[in-house]
Amino acid sequence: MLENIDNLFHGFAIVAQPFNLMLMVVGIVLGVIVGVLPGLGGANGVAILLPLTFSMSPTSAIIMLSCIYWGALFGGAITSILFNIPGEPWSVATTFDGYPMAQQGRAGEALTAAFTSSFVGALFAVIMITLVAPLVANFALRFGPAEIFSVYFLAFCSFVGLSKEPPFKTVASMMLGFALGTVGLDQVTGQLRLTFGFEQMLNGFDFLIAVIGLFGIGEILLTMEEGLSFRGTSAKLNPKVVFQTWKELPQYWLLSLRSCLIGCWMGISPAGATPASFMSYGIAKRISRHGHKFGTGQIEGVVAPETAAHAAGTSALLPMISLGVPGSPTAAVLLGGLLIWGLQPGPLLFTEQKDFVWGLIASMYMGNIVGLLIVLTCVPLFAAILRIPFSIIAPVILVFCAIGAYTVNNNTFDVVMMLVFGVAGYFMKKCNYPLAPMVLAIVLGDKAEEAFRQSLLASQGGLGVFWSNGLVSTIMTLGLVALFWPLIQAGWTHVRELTGGLRAVK
Amino acid sequence: MSDTTRESGGAGPSHRSVEIGVAAFMALLALIGIYGSVRVGIGWGAEGPKAGFFPFYVSLAVVIASAVNLAKIFASADGGDLFASWGQLKQVLAVVFPTAIYVAVIPYLGIYVASALLIVAFMTWLGHYPWIRAIAVGAVLPILTFLMFERWFLVPLPKGPLEKFLGY
Repeated sequence: MLENIDNLFHGFAIVAQPFNLMLMVVGIVLGVIVGVLPGLGGANGVAILLPLTFSMSPTSAIIMLSCIYWGALFGGAITSILFNIPGEPWSVATTFDGYPMAQQGRAGEALTAAFTSSFVGALFAVIMITLVAPLVANFALRFGPAEIFSVYFLAFCSFVGLSKEPPFKTVASMMLGFALGTVGLDQVTGQLRLTFGFEQMLNGFDFLIAVIGLFGIGEILLTMEEGLSFRGTSAKLNPKVVFQTWKELPQYWLLSLRSCLIGCWMGISPAGATPASFMSYGIAKRISRHGHKFGTGQIEGVVAPETAAHAAGTSALLPMISLGVPGSPTAAVLLGGLLIWGLQPGPLLFTEQKDFVWGLIASMYMGNIVGLLIVLTCVPLFAAILRIPFSIIAPVILVFCAIGAYTVNNNTFDVVMMLVFGVAGYFMKKCNYPLAPMVLAIVLGDKAEEAFRQSLLASQGGLGVFWSNGLVSTIMTLGLVALFWPLIQAGWTHVRELTGGLRAVK
Repeated sequence: MSDTTRESGGAGPSHRSVEIGVAAFMALLALIGIYGSVRVGIGWGAEGPKAGFFPFYVSLAVVIASAVNLAKIFASADGGDLFASWGQLKQVLAVVFPTAIYVAVIPYLGIYVASALLIVAFMTWLGHYPWIRAIAVGAVLPILTFLMFERWFLVPLPKGPLEKFLGY
């Protein structure tokens, strides 16, 4: 414990170096811009800017990239409240009460509440990470291939059971991701597979290209189709409103705490920030005394989803740094970054790359404080970005996507693949196929397959290896429960109805 | 689009047909995956499972899931929902076509010149901006990108005849 506090202070010392502080500010400003712009979100924003970090040290690189992520989380709230356009999926719930507040001329109040609760949510999650991550990593050091595979299994099963999309669509998109991930050189046997003699397929499909295409290009196509027109209320934040709102906020401490817990729980399981924000909003609506007035501009309706979304977005990094399993697409991109910088994600990071891990954790504390200050002071500037017409923004975003896609492998063919993924993403999104499991499957495919094959090799092909000891059986069983959760839930309500009916008859 | 009128309503492809198309396409990709896996071997080799083992089963899962998705579409009644109106699809194609050309010319013109052309084309055709403004934005952005990538972050991007002429 004491050692961790020591490590954390060492991390703060690394973050406080002027170069790293500068990267932090740059990252947050870029992140807010990415969060405000339609078609650019946390995941593809980080993916596009990843190449800029190739020449930096891994610690500086992760500080900048994670700050882009915090910035994007903050930025989503600005457009939701002022323009009724959620810049990010997790800010959809913020529009319900945030936009009505802005229309009533209480934009300043709504923005302050949103930013402050984001900050509270993130802080709660970071403290949780500081305390829990080293323990998890320490525990995971004992994992063999079967245990590692079971963790992947649990992560992917949770997607099927917890996502709001139809389960078979989730399975189809996830498994297609795994299949795409296997194209190219087989890591175990060194054999080429699924390349069908095309030279361009030798290296397989890079998930960064998939992220930029699916989320970036796909999102622009959707925006074009919807024919967005940005009509927003003016954005001004004067210090008086900020302090007044801060005085008002502590009375919602119970709501905040509940939202933090929901956020952390949803963030660690790969369900992510979006369902967390909706769930938190829904529960707040049911419990609050003003529940019936939700949707007309209640400050609680802003606090609940923002706190949960930020807590979830931050805690998604816990499984990423301690187990090597990202909890969200953005965490997956950061994990991809680790591989590019030559670090091996997983429990060993805590023992072998202390500077990196604790620098990252310290930057989460600092980044959120700096982020809060930046968004509170610069809201009008960021809101002005959205007033630039889409016919200028769209080609600029396309250009940055293309640059991002090219720089991953210095390959122009990747730019073509980006467009293909973009069109595919447009159709999949429209047909309600979730994209996040596909991206995570492309990222983790290699590792999941390797763990699977090593386990089978050890057991000479018997699947019993996944139930060979208490730990691995527990994780696998949890995975199966998560996989069949919709069925279990349906069965449970069915049973309850039956017994309820019986009681009524008696 | 903030600066073109939105054409809502009207005819368009049905949601159902597009759903069928997407599910069928996924199944097709997976069948190709199965074929490729079988070619490299899906059984048990000297080093444990062969290279095609894992891709075979994940592709199989895609085929099964897509079959279920297709069956669900056919089992439900056609609600008559539109996927998108033709006007909306035209807007989408107005992005896809220029981007496709852009992507195709990058290897020949370099990314900077191609980007400038893309921005100018977008602003004049879709945004109806005067040429002067379009060219101004189209010139400034690639120059800024050039400075940022080639000078400050030392990341080389594809260059074409113009850059060669200027001595890079």
